[in-house]
Amino acid sequence: MRGLTTVFKKEVRENIRDRRALFNSLLLGPLLFPLLFVGMMWFLESAEKERADKILELPVIGAQYAPSLIRFLEQQGTLIQPEPENPEEMVRSQEVPVVLRILPEFPEKWSEGLPAPVEVISDPSRQESNAPIRRVKGLLYGYGQQIGSLRLQLRGISPQLASPIMIKDVDLSTPKSRAILAVIFLPYVLMITAFTGATHLAMDTTAGEKERKSLEPLLINPVPRWQIMTGKMLTTMVFAMASLALTLVSFRFVLPFMPVGAFGMDLTLGVETLLKILLVISPVAILAAALLTLLASFAKSYREAQSYMGLVILIPMIPSLIFMANPIRAETWMMNIPLFSQNLLIGEIIRDQPVPLEWYGLSIASTLAIGLVLAALAATLYNRPKLIFGSS
Amino acid sequence: MIVVKNLYKSFGEVKAVNGVSFEARDGEITGLLGPNGAGKTTTLRMLYSLLPPDQGEIRIDGLDPARDAMEIKRTLGVVPDNRGLYSRLTARENIIYFGELHGMSKQAIRERIETMTATLDMGDFIDRRTEGFSQGQNVKVAIARAMVHEPQTVLLDEPSNGLDVMSTRALREYIRELKAAGHSVVLSTHIMQEVAALCDRIVIIAKGEVAADGTTSELLERSGCETLEDAFVKLIGTEEGLLA
Repeated sequence: MRGLTTVFKKEVRENIRDRRALFNSLLLGPLLFPLLFVGMMWFLESAEKERADKILELPVIGAQYAPSLIRFLEQQGTLIQPEPENPEEMVRSQEVPVVLRILPEFPEKWSEGLPAPVEVISDPSRQESNAPIRRVKGLLYGYGQQIGSLRLQLRGISPQLASPIMIKDVDLSTPKSRAILAVIFLPYVLMITAFTGATHLAMDTTAGEKERKSLEPLLINPVPRWQIMTGKMLTTMVFAMASLALTLVSFRFVLPFMPVGAFGMDLTLGVETLLKILLVISPVAILAAALLTLLASFAKSYREAQSYMGLVILIPMIPSLIFMANPIRAETWMMNIPLFSQNLLIGEIIRDQPVPLEWYGLSIASTLAIGLVLAALAATLYNRPKLIFGSS
Repeated sequence: MIVVKNLYKSFGEVKAVNGVSFEARDGEITGLLGPNGAGKTTTLRMLYSLLPPDQGEIRIDGLDPARDAMEIKRTLGVVPDNRGLYSRLTARENIIYFGELHGMSKQAIRERIETMTATLDMGDFIDRRTEGFSQGQNVKVAIARAMVHEPQTVLLDEPSNGLDVMSTRALREYIRELKAAGHSVVLSTHIMQEVAALCDRIVIIAKGEVAADGTTSELLERSGCETLEDAFVKLIGTEEGLLA
């Protein structure tokens, strides 16, 4: 073990002096991601707010057929715009999000007491027009309800007969569990950080050492090769962990600057929460360090190693992407899947849900097991001369 | 004392070492002389157990690199062709690293560095980071690093590569001191002046085989030539890859 600790100490010292390593592991992730997160939240919130507060401008075709409807809309604060020439084109080219067309048969059907037709012209596939569409439809529906009730009352019927069901919203979500974005984004960021924090070190200590021609002299020392490799992997793990811990701490300090009210979010990462998350994510750092070291050992140069890493960084993204597309409820068996289980667990922890101890155990054990198998593979790699001398 | 018998090593189709045998005695400097690509580095790599031979036998003070790799590494001091210093560490830290890998105590390492700094005249740069070192400084640190554990057998691969005249002189002086202290020194080179100036025995290697083996005078006698250069060309039968 003497060789292992010697290699470990030297790699730590050497990499602390390497600006590139410090930047990649200890600065990039911990600074960039939290700022990105807060920036994103501000942007989303302000965009949402702007759309909600804005006066609804609504071009109307055939306003003359339904003067009372127009009056109602104006009373509700809508700014009625004159009839456009080509409404479909205007919507398509995004000049206006929504256009209302009142059809010529409107007055006739109206007076006969039949449903009078109006068209809401819009493109709901455009996210930014969803709010105005919802508002126009809401207004139309409200007007319809009002008139409907009046008609029933005129005929001596209670309007309540037309509403057999009354729906009441009982919202059980706590402010924390509404923080969906954070629940998805934080595990995603941490997972990527575990990998990016390890990438530079994994490449520098293996492919880099080969490229700088210092691997051969190193291996001439009377130290078993698995100890040399393990020392290098340990360094990579420590940097990945440091990167994760710093990212978490950085989130902790950045979160108070988030626009809280708009999302009903109460996302403060207490010390206990931070430690729990760190515990859950730590095995990923070990897995990442082992996997990246294993791959980088095959490369002859830092540059070649870099070309593999672009693909590897996709691995931690996959579970997060699945989870984003299809949020599922955490179940015990899922805790056996490395990377995926961490996504679920961190989500639960942030939402302050009680997490069974068994889940922690399964997640940590399964991830560690795979990490250690990869590490064992990596540790024996330099027993193959081909990997020491590259292609020679 | 190194004994090599009938060593073979090929990489795919390429036969890098094709039946090499020689001896290197204690208190002598043995030169492996040959053109680039003759198989010198591959032979050395098998000696310091980084490459397993396909066939043949190696004994270093009676030890077999295939079976006693760790034991052999303790008795060997190797300066490979690739000096491979760590540029983010100082010269001293580079040497300490290898001393610790050899399991030496901090005290022993400190004393050893003291001596070697004086012997190799490294006082000016021992505490500087090796980034930007001259070739001469690099070689000195690489030698100090390889010799930190006072090995009996010393292997030097192209030691004077890229050195200026003064550094080369200093290096040769140091190698002679090693010999005088009773070490077995093996150096590989493609530079004839080097072997002529230093070596007690010369092993001429070409195309993975030993073309000739003996002292300078033996080689001259055998080839019937006046100078070592002529003898060398005659013995390997080509001028290819020959650099003065």
